[in-house]
Amino acid sequence: MIDQMRRAYAIAKKDVRIYYLKGPVIIFGILSPAFLFLAFMIGRDLHVDFLIAGLLGMTIFFTSTSVTPVIAPTETQTRNLERLAAAPISVTTILFGDMLASVLFGIAISLVPILLGMALGVTIVHPFILALGIVLAAFCFSAMGLIFSSTPTSMTSTVMMLSTMIKFPLVFISGIFIPVQELPSWGRALASLSPLTYITDLCRYSFQGACHYPVMVDIGALLVFLIVFMVIAIKLHERSLPKRL
Amino acid sequence: MKNVIEVKELTKHYNGLTAVDHINFEVEEGEVFGFLGPNGAGKTTTVRMLTGVIKPSSGSVSVMGFDLGRHPIRAKETMGVVPELSNAYTELSAWNNLQFMAELYGVPKRVAVSRAEELLTKFDLYDRKDHAVKTFSKGMKQKLITAMSLMNDPEILFLDEPTSGLDVRSARLIKEMVRELRDTGKTIFLTTHYMDEASQLCNRVAIINHGRIAAIDAPEKLKMRIGGLQYVEVSFTAPVDVSDLRAMAGIIGLRTSGDKIQLYTEEPDRTIRSLVDYSRSNDLEIVTLNTLTPTLEDVFVKLTEEE
Repeated sequence: MIDQMRRAYAIAKKDVRIYYLKGPVIIFGILSPAFLFLAFMIGRDLHVDFLIAGLLGMTIFFTSTSVTPVIAPTETQTRNLERLAAAPISVTTILFGDMLASVLFGIAISLVPILLGMALGVTIVHPFILALGIVLAAFCFSAMGLIFSSTPTSMTSTVMMLSTMIKFPLVFISGIFIPVQELPSWGRALASLSPLTYITDLCRYSFQGACHYPVMVDIGALLVFLIVFMVIAIKLHERSLPKRL
Repeated sequence: MKNVIEVKELTKHYNGLTAVDHINFEVEEGEVFGFLGPNGAGKTTTVRMLTGVIKPSSGSVSVMGFDLGRHPIRAKETMGVVPELSNAYTELSAWNNLQFMAELYGVPKRVAVSRAEELLTKFDLYDRKDHAVKTFSKGMKQKLITAMSLMNDPEILFLDEPTSGLDVRSARLIKEMVRELRDTGKTIFLTTHYMDEASQLCNRVAIINHGRIAAIDAPEKLKMRIGGLQYVEVSFTAPVDVSDLRAMAGIIGLRTSGDKIQLYTEEPDRTIRSLVDYSRSNDLEIVTLNTLTPTLEDVFVKLTEEE
């Protein structure tokens, strides 16, 4: 078990070197949610702490799901996957390594909206809850990214299209632009199905001290989504790996 | 000698097709075992099952006493693998690729550093150790991939087409490495298309065709098995009508190779006399005249054509 964890860490280091420490990836991770955010916020009279909480939720979401979907198809294409498959590591170890790199990236980039918020005068009322929420959400969204990458293809464009088709609708139903409590009942029901809703809610609690769901519900929901996403990702990758070779 | 690889009734089906069909064989400790077969015969599928990359449909593989189905991690830790279609991480340096392999196989850091230095020096890559692999030539990449497979000091090394497409010098270096590893008692499972390579390096070879093992034996014994196929190779100063040669007594087959004609016979002496008479009567000069025994390629062609 410890050996497999060490090997997952080696995979995470490799991922960071190859996929994450690239200018375009970092810039895309920051700019993509920022532009989406500005497009919806300009002209609306909303509190800055409400805005920063939404931006933070979106940033973790976009950064943590940005690279994990493309690692497996890329390594299929570059013929690195067979070497990994021949190494003394399980599929779970490979996925955990990919997830770990994504989590570190998600956490690092989430500092940008936090620092921006602090510069604009936003105070963090519950820093430990915020830290816990960011870590949990980064794990949860990274596992979600792994589900996208389970499609047995070497075409990254196919995976990116699938991932975008799911990611963007989630942004609109997760209470980022309109608070969950202001949504109609069907909207609230839809929002409860998105993990993004719970991290956004936790961010609002951390910045504003108020939230739609109880804190423990937010944390519990993120944990449940993480476990479900990870189990699905492992099952799908175990099935798709031989088809990639 | 104990068996380090044991394959029992190994089978793989793909979409209703049987790629590997109930094959059985053992590989002994310290031997170089060649695995030959035409394209699509099931070689790569077999190697992938032996290295734990894909799971068999039925049958079992045991490596160093570990059942690959039940203890894949322990079994894989004893192996080094150079897959046929594999690459190093081109964005990483040669050094980082080697260290990554060491980490995947749980090699302690200090051992990994000294082993990487030793392997890079041996494969003549030390000066380029910090360069990204994307700047390497094909030969350099193949040498690095081979070095990566040795980072865990494996008991068994799987080499799938290790010299394919390499220049003479790089291919010779890899063959030399195979000999050195064999001399240190390592077991090598070698898949190759080059019959000369298999003949020079392997203690035993298996020939697979249509997913089944057609023969397993030492190369020389396999050659004796088709002993009737001795041949005389001849070339003349001017083109000749091969039907004249085919009509000679004792000729059982004829093949042309460039300007040379290979006459398969059970009576080489009689054939040589006939050829000398033929050259005299047709006023031709003989350029080369050799008596040859069958090569592993002949064995391969005969066995795979028979099926």
